[in-house]
Amino acid sequence: MTGEQLLLLMPIILVTVTAVMTMLMVAVKRNHAVSCLISAVGLILALLSLVIVIPLAPAEVTPLLRVDAFSLFFTALILLSGLAITLFSYPYLSNLEDHQDEFYLLLVIAVLGALVMVSSTHFITAFLGMETLSVCLYGMIAYPLHRRETAQYPMEASIKYLVLSAVSSGFVLFGMALLYAQTGTLHFSSIAAALSGLEGVVPPVYYVVAALLIITGFAFKLSLVPFHLWTPDVYEGAPLPATAFLATVGKLAMAALLMRYMSVGGVLGSESIVYVLSVMAVFSIIAGNLLALLQSNLKRLLSYSSIAHMGYLLIALLTLDTLEDSLGAEAVSFYLVAYVVMSLGAFGVMMVVSDSAQERDHIGHYQGLFWRNPWLALVFTAMLLSLAGIPLTVGFIAKFYIVAAGVEGAKWGLLFAMIVGSGIGLFYYLRIIYRMLTPLEYFEPMREAGLKELLSHCVLFVLLCALIAFGVYPNGLMSLLESVVATL
Amino acid sequence: MILLWLIVILFLGGALAWASEALDAKLPRVVALFSLLASLGLVLWLWSTGGADVRTPGGTWWVLDSWNWIPRFGIALKVGVDGLGLLMLVLTVFLGLMALGAAWNEITQRTGFFYFNLLWTLAGVVGVFTALDLFLFFFFWEVMLIPMYLIIAIWGHENRAYAAMKFFLFTQVSGLLLLLAILCLAYFHYAQFGVFSFDYFALQNVVLEERFQMWVMLGFFIGFATKLPAFPLHSWLPDAHSQAPTAGSVLLAGVLLKTGAYGLIRFTIPLFPEASASFAPVAMSIAAIGILYCAKLAFAQNDIKRLIAYTSVSHMGFVLLGIYAWNLYGLQGAVMTMLAHGLSSAALFMLAGGLQHRLHTRDMDKMNGLWSQLPMLSAMALFFSIAAVGMPGLGNFIGEFLSLLGAFQASRTITAISALGLIFAAVYSLWVIQKVFHGPYKIPEGVGRSAIPEDLSTVELLCYVLMALGLIWMGMYPQSFLELSGPGLESLLQAIGAFSGELGSATLNGGAL
Repeated sequence: MTGEQLLLLMPIILVTVTAVMTMLMVAVKRNHAVSCLISAVGLILALLSLVIVIPLAPAEVTPLLRVDAFSLFFTALILLSGLAITLFSYPYLSNLEDHQDEFYLLLVIAVLGALVMVSSTHFITAFLGMETLSVCLYGMIAYPLHRRETAQYPMEASIKYLVLSAVSSGFVLFGMALLYAQTGTLHFSSIAAALSGLEGVVPPVYYVVAALLIITGFAFKLSLVPFHLWTPDVYEGAPLPATAFLATVGKLAMAALLMRYMSVGGVLGSESIVYVLSVMAVFSIIAGNLLALLQSNLKRLLSYSSIAHMGYLLIALLTLDTLEDSLGAEAVSFYLVAYVVMSLGAFGVMMVVSDSAQERDHIGHYQGLFWRNPWLALVFTAMLLSLAGIPLTVGFIAKFYIVAAGVEGAKWGLLFAMIVGSGIGLFYYLRIIYRMLTPLEYFEPMREAGLKELLSHCVLFVLLCALIAFGVYPNGLMSLLESVVATL
Repeated sequence: MILLWLIVILFLGGALAWASEALDAKLPRVVALFSLLASLGLVLWLWSTGGADVRTPGGTWWVLDSWNWIPRFGIALKVGVDGLGLLMLVLTVFLGLMALGAAWNEITQRTGFFYFNLLWTLAGVVGVFTALDLFLFFFFWEVMLIPMYLIIAIWGHENRAYAAMKFFLFTQVSGLLLLLAILCLAYFHYAQFGVFSFDYFALQNVVLEERFQMWVMLGFFIGFATKLPAFPLHSWLPDAHSQAPTAGSVLLAGVLLKTGAYGLIRFTIPLFPEASASFAPVAMSIAAIGILYCAKLAFAQNDIKRLIAYTSVSHMGFVLLGIYAWNLYGLQGAVMTMLAHGLSSAALFMLAGGLQHRLHTRDMDKMNGLWSQLPMLSAMALFFSIAAVGMPGLGNFIGEFLSLLGAFQASRTITAISALGLIFAAVYSLWVIQKVFHGPYKIPEGVGRSAIPEDLSTVELLCYVLMALGLIWMGMYPQSFLELSGPGLESLLQAIGAFSGELGSATLNGGAL
C-alpha cells in the first residue's frame, strides 16, 4: 500500500482513530461532554480530510475499495449526518441514568461501517461494512436498557433487529456464494464482465437467483415491503438518536451501496429482477402510506413513511439502466440528500423536545406546538411538508426528480402508484401539522432551551436552511450530483 | 421586472406582517393594507402605461421577462402578462383588498400569522397568473395551497379540520397529475429537441402522438378542472367555502377558482389543440351537467354559505362551457364571467360572513325578516343576488350571455340545456332573498333579545360599494375589458384555429367584439 493510497483512506482512518480515542478516554476518565466532543471533533476532522482526498480521486485502493466522487460525496453526507446526530445526542442523553460514553463509541464505529459500505466495489468489503454498521446498531438500539419505565422496549427492538438483520445477512451471504460459483469473482465490475462473457454459454439462472437473494438482504435493511416488518417496532423501541441514525445513515449507506451494485453489476439486465423490484416498489409505496395513516406514535408514523419513501427511491433506482445519460442516478442521489435532510430535521425536533427520561413521540405531545414554541413548530412543519413533497422545500425537487426519471424510463405504473401514495401520505403529514395548530386546553410548558440545547437548535437551523435553499435554488446541488454520478 | 416586484412585495409584506405582530396585534392588518395598496398601484400603473409589445411571440404580451433558474432542466424564471393576465391580476389584487376588508374586524386571533397566509396565498395566485414556465407555474400553483389550507384549518368554523383536509387532498392529488403531465411534455420536448425545457412557447412546438396527447391533456384537464371546479370533482368546494373564514371564502371563490379556468385557457387548449378539440364535447357536457346539478343542489341547502358555494360551481360551469366552445365569443364570455363572478361571489360570501358574524348561525331557517333590522346589508344582498342571477346591466349578464352565444355556435343542444341554469339561478336567488330578508323579524336563537344586530360598518360599506361599482362598470361598458383581453385570446385562436369536426359551425369571428 503506497502513501497515496493511505491518504485516500484518510476519512476512514480518522474515524477509526476517533473510535479508539473515545474508547481510551473511557478507560482514563468517564466524562459525557468529553466523549461527545472527541467524537464530534473526529468526525469534523474526517470531513476536513476530504479536502486532501478530493484531488487524488478517483482511484482504486486495493481491489476492495474505490475512492471516487460518488463515494466521497456519500462519505461527506454520512459524516455530516453522524455529526448532527452526535450533537443531538448530547442533550438527549445527558439525564440518562447510566454511562453515556459508549453510545458515542458505537455511533462512530457505525459511521465507519457506513463509510466502508459506500466506498466498496467488492462484496467482501460491502459485507464487512454492513455487519459493522448493524452490530453497532444493536447496541445503540438497546442502549437505554437500564431505564426503569421503558426497559423492555429497547431490548425487544434490539433483539428483533438482531435476528432479522442476521437473517438478511444470511441471504446476502448465500447470494454471494452463488454469485461466486457462477462467475468466480466478487468484484462488482468483474461480475458484470464475467456475465457478459457467459452469455449464450450457460443460462445465468444462478445469477438471477443470487442477485435476488442479495437484493432481498438489502431490502431488509432498506425496509422495503415485504421485508419491512421489523421497522415500526425497532423505530419505536430505540432511543431517538439511534432511530435517527438508523433512518438516515443506515438507509443512506445501504441505498448508495445498492445503487453502485445496480449500476455497475448489471443487475437490471434481467427482466425478472426488474419485475420483482417493481412489485416491491409498488407495495412499499402503497402499504407504507396506508399503514402510516392512523398511527398516533410519530416514530411509528415516520417508520411507515420511510417505507413509502424507500419505495419512491426504488422507482428511480429502477431507471438506472435506461439510457446513457439517464436521470436515474442523479434522482437517487438527490432524493437521498433530501431524505436525509428532512428525516434529520423531523427526528431532530423530536430529540430536542425529548430526553432519555421521557420520549415525546406521541402526536398529542405536539398539540398546540405552534403557539407554545413557534420556532420548533416551524421547523417540524417545514420538514413534514418537505416529506409530503410541497414546493419551496427540497422534498418537492426530489419528488420532481423521481417523476422526471420515471417518465424518462416510462415507468407509468410505478408513477401512478407514487401519485396515489403521495395523496394518502398528505393525510398523515397534515394530521400532525393540524395537531400542532390546534391550541391546547391547558398550558403545558415545553422544556426550556438552555445552553445545552443551543447546539441542537443550531443544527436544526442549518437543516432548515438546507431544506429551503435546495428547494428554491437546487442548481448547485444538481450540477454537483451530475458530476458525482458521472464517475459511477 | 415589474411582475417580479409584484410577487416580491406580497411575499415580503406577508413576512413583515407576521413579524409586526410582536409590536402590536393591530399592526399586521395595516402592513397588509399597505403592501396590497402598493401592488394595486403597480398593477394599475402597468394597466395605464403599458401596452402590447409587438416584439413578443404573437405580439400580444405586455411584459415578458426571463431569468435563469435551474439550467439543468431548462427551467427559467419566466414571467409575462398579456391583457388576459392583466385582468386577472387586477381582479386578484382588488379582491385581496376586499378580503382584507372582510378580515379587518373579524380576525382577532393570531392576526400576524393570518395576514401572512393571506398575502402568501395572493402571491401564489399572482405567480400563477404570470408564470410562463410550466415548472414555475406548478411551483406557484402549489405555493398558494398551503397558506389557504392554514387559513381554513386555523380560522375556520366548526368542521374546519375535515374541510381543510379535503380541500388540500383534492387539489394536491390533482396537482400531482398535473406535475406528471408537465414532466411528460417536457420529456417529449427532450426527446424531440434534445434539451429539457419547461418554456411555454417552446413546449407549444412539441408534436405528440395522438394517444399520448389525449393522456397528457387529461392530466392538465383534471388538474385544472378540480380547481375550477367541474362537475365530478367539485365536492371539496362546498366544505371548504362553508368552513373557511369570510376572507378565506372571498379568496377561494373570487380568485382561486379562476386559476383553474385560466389554466385551461392558457395551457390546456393551446398546448394540446387536437386532443382538446376531440375532448370538447365531453367538457361541454360536463359543464352543462355541473350548471344544472349544482343549481339544484344549491336549492336544497339550509346553510347559506354552502348555498353560495354551490351556485359558484354552477356559474363556473358557464366558464367551462365558454372555454370549450373555443371561439372569441365563448372565450370573452368565459373571461367576463370569471371577472364578474369574482366580484359577485366574493360580495355574497362577505354578506354571508357578515350575517354569521352578527347572528352566529349560517342556518337560513333561523333567519327571517332581516330587512327591517339590517336595511343596508339587505339592500346589498339584493343587489348582488340580482347580479348573480344575470340581470342585464351588470357584469354577470355580459359574461353568461357571451358564453352561451359562443357555445351556441359549437353545440346547440348543450347550450339549450345549459341555458336552463339561468332559470334555476333566478329561483334560488330570489328564494334566499325572500326567506332571509323578507317577512316578519324573528330573533334568532343565540342572539340576546335586547341586542339588535348592527348594520354595515364603514369598512364593509366601502367594500360593497366598490364591488357594486365594478359590476356596473362591467355591465354598462364591457368594451373596456373586452378590448384588453381580446388581442391575447385572438392570437390564441389564430394559432390553433377554431375547433372543427363534429362540433360543426364554430368559426373564428373576430370583428365586432
